[in-house]
Amino acid sequence: MGLLSPALRALIIKELLSVLRDPKSRMVLIVPPIMQLLIFSFAATLDLNNASVAVYNMDSGAWSHAWVERVAHASFVRELYPVHSRPEVERMIAQQRVTAALVIPQTASRDVAAGRPAQIQLILDGRRANANQILLAYLNTMLGNFNIETGGGRSIDELAVTRHWFNPNLLYPWFVVPGVGGILVTFITMLLTALSIARERELGTFDQLLVSPCTPLEIIVAKMAPALVVGMVLGILMATVAVMVFRVPFTGSWTLLLLSMLVYILSVIGIGLAISAVCNTQQQAILGTFTFVVPSVLMSGFATPVENMPVFLQWLAQGIPLKYYLIILQGSFLKDLSPSMVWANDWPMLAIAAVTLTTATLFVRGRLQ
Amino acid sequence: MILASFANSRLLALMRKESLQIVRDPSTALIAFVLPVIVLFLFAYAVSLDIRQVPIGVVLECDTAQSQSLAAAFARTRYFKVTSAHDRNKIIALLMRGELRGFVVIPPDFDHRLLADSTGGLIQIVTDGSQPNTANFVASYAQGVLAQWLAQQPGATSVAAALIPRFWFNTAVESRRFLVPGALAIVMTIIGTLLTAMVVAREWERGTMEALIATPVSVAEILAGKLLPYYGLGMLAMLIATLLSIYVFHVPLRGSWLALFAVTSVFLIPALGQGLLISVLSKNQFIAAQFALMSGYLPAFMLSGFLFEIDSMPWPVRMLTYVVPARYFVTSLQTLFLVGDVWPLLLKNMAAMAGIGLVFFLIARRGLHKSLEN
Repeated sequence: MGLLSPALRALIIKELLSVLRDPKSRMVLIVPPIMQLLIFSFAATLDLNNASVAVYNMDSGAWSHAWVERVAHASFVRELYPVHSRPEVERMIAQQRVTAALVIPQTASRDVAAGRPAQIQLILDGRRANANQILLAYLNTMLGNFNIETGGGRSIDELAVTRHWFNPNLLYPWFVVPGVGGILVTFITMLLTALSIARERELGTFDQLLVSPCTPLEIIVAKMAPALVVGMVLGILMATVAVMVFRVPFTGSWTLLLLSMLVYILSVIGIGLAISAVCNTQQQAILGTFTFVVPSVLMSGFATPVENMPVFLQWLAQGIPLKYYLIILQGSFLKDLSPSMVWANDWPMLAIAAVTLTTATLFVRGRLQ
Repeated sequence: MILASFANSRLLALMRKESLQIVRDPSTALIAFVLPVIVLFLFAYAVSLDIRQVPIGVVLECDTAQSQSLAAAFARTRYFKVTSAHDRNKIIALLMRGELRGFVVIPPDFDHRLLADSTGGLIQIVTDGSQPNTANFVASYAQGVLAQWLAQQPGATSVAAALIPRFWFNTAVESRRFLVPGALAIVMTIIGTLLTAMVVAREWERGTMEALIATPVSVAEILAGKLLPYYGLGMLAMLIATLLSIYVFHVPLRGSWLALFAVTSVFLIPALGQGLLISVLSKNQFIAAQFALMSGYLPAFMLSGFLFEIDSMPWPVRMLTYVVPARYFVTSLQTLFLVGDVWPLLLKNMAAMAGIGLVFFLIARRGLHKSLEN
């Protein structure tokens, strides 16, 4: 603390108090994000469980009976609904009573017995093409194996020895928890900073701050303090929950992760302060923040890989700190990310922080003159 | 009776005041018209769940005709973009850097392993499990490629039965077609809940709410005067977003405009009600924004079944999704855009949304009375 001037020290204390004094806002900062982490981590699964499938079996042979039995006992199927007409299939799917329907033609068992190819129709609800593409892949593999077993050969599982590195059982929480944690930290930190200057401006106290003996740089540094504290505490809590509650293995370096977390939060604060500096009211600041954060979460690679996006958007995504932080987070947990890879993702965030914090300081100085 | 008291100039004056505030603040236009355009654009072009051209490696440790034919089979499928190598380590390095999502090893004694009387594995499939969804796809499709290739080999036991998939309502399986209607629900949640929560919380924070209540205007009139302009704003945003979806993003609207209007109107009941409730409980713009984010936007994103299949969630989370209004709005919109007016489904969802909205308004009213007494 010896390095700080008395004015700056007082200013930092004032900023910390203004955010953390009120128990209601203290609670809002910590408890809901942790609850959300718990709920969303269970929700954000792209795996397939509990699928409801209709079966319209026009064939009375043994083969189709055995195949339907096989599907009924699959781990990803909750229930099979036998239906008896084509319109019933259409109705069940249109009303979303089932996500898919198997239609087995009359001749299926006879065809298989005679060695002719039998065609089983699988109707999938295109509204849920997301889950249904997975269902299709699962059923395809299952039918492939079923064919081989009826023919007496080696099954595909036996022929293709499959290993999943970094996450052998493909547990979704291992993938989702670090990312959701990162996103929640982003939202909270960003809202906190975005409101800071805008609130003072709305209440008219910003002018008082400007006539105080503090320099614009000191004002910005003090404004960063609460968000930095809250962001770091929340970030560390999220990582702890990931390890303790979700048992996500942590293979990387904690030191590097914490340093990257600091860099990341600085870049988020920089963007938040830049938004805050140009806004006149809290409402503008909050809505402005949303207009930045919502698209940046979508483009960060959390929901879909960045490399799947069009080139123009990939280029735009380079300006989003969350993109780099997610690579570091997920890599530090599962892939023992090397220091050089961590650094490769740290410096763009540092650059973003430098640019945005300078912008915010210049804005405050501009107000002063 | 309530209607009669509304039919006066006081309500009109309130609505005029609120509408002027909407028009004058550029941030409302930003959230109501600019954000929807950005979000829809991103869901149409950036967020693609279509698995095509996943980068994988093929390690060819043997150079026989058979193994090369299998490697060629991997290169041919549209699902993979193959990088070939003879050295496993080169491919592993690419996988570690995240440039490949998995690889297939065709071992040196592939031809021998192919013989009918041999046992054990034929090839090895390795995936990058840090992205489980992609890993699953790589494993399934790689197995599928192998199965197909085996079936085409001379003397193979012919594949007896095959699945013929048909995706209804979305024949080409474009994720845009179900993501864009889902994104509309997200955008409307932000407009309805966040904006209302902020605007009403501001009145509390500045003390102008108390000033309003002290006037002869009734509480019902104040609420109607506040909420009706935002209902109008929401409908206008929806109209623009729908036109964009149809004409720019080429998502067909197969249902009727009437049904779309009805469903959106009903969705705005819980959306506005939730915003009102949040503002009554928080009375502070920061806390209101935080709550709107936590109880409105994020659940609409994560728990509405728009990105993540509700059926696959564990049951306590599944139960929770029933109180998220966006859940009903997402299915309704997807149905309206891709299928048509499936009234049994729409009515069920509208009833649920109206019910949730009613509960929000009732709790908000109680909170309002309490805060006036204090």
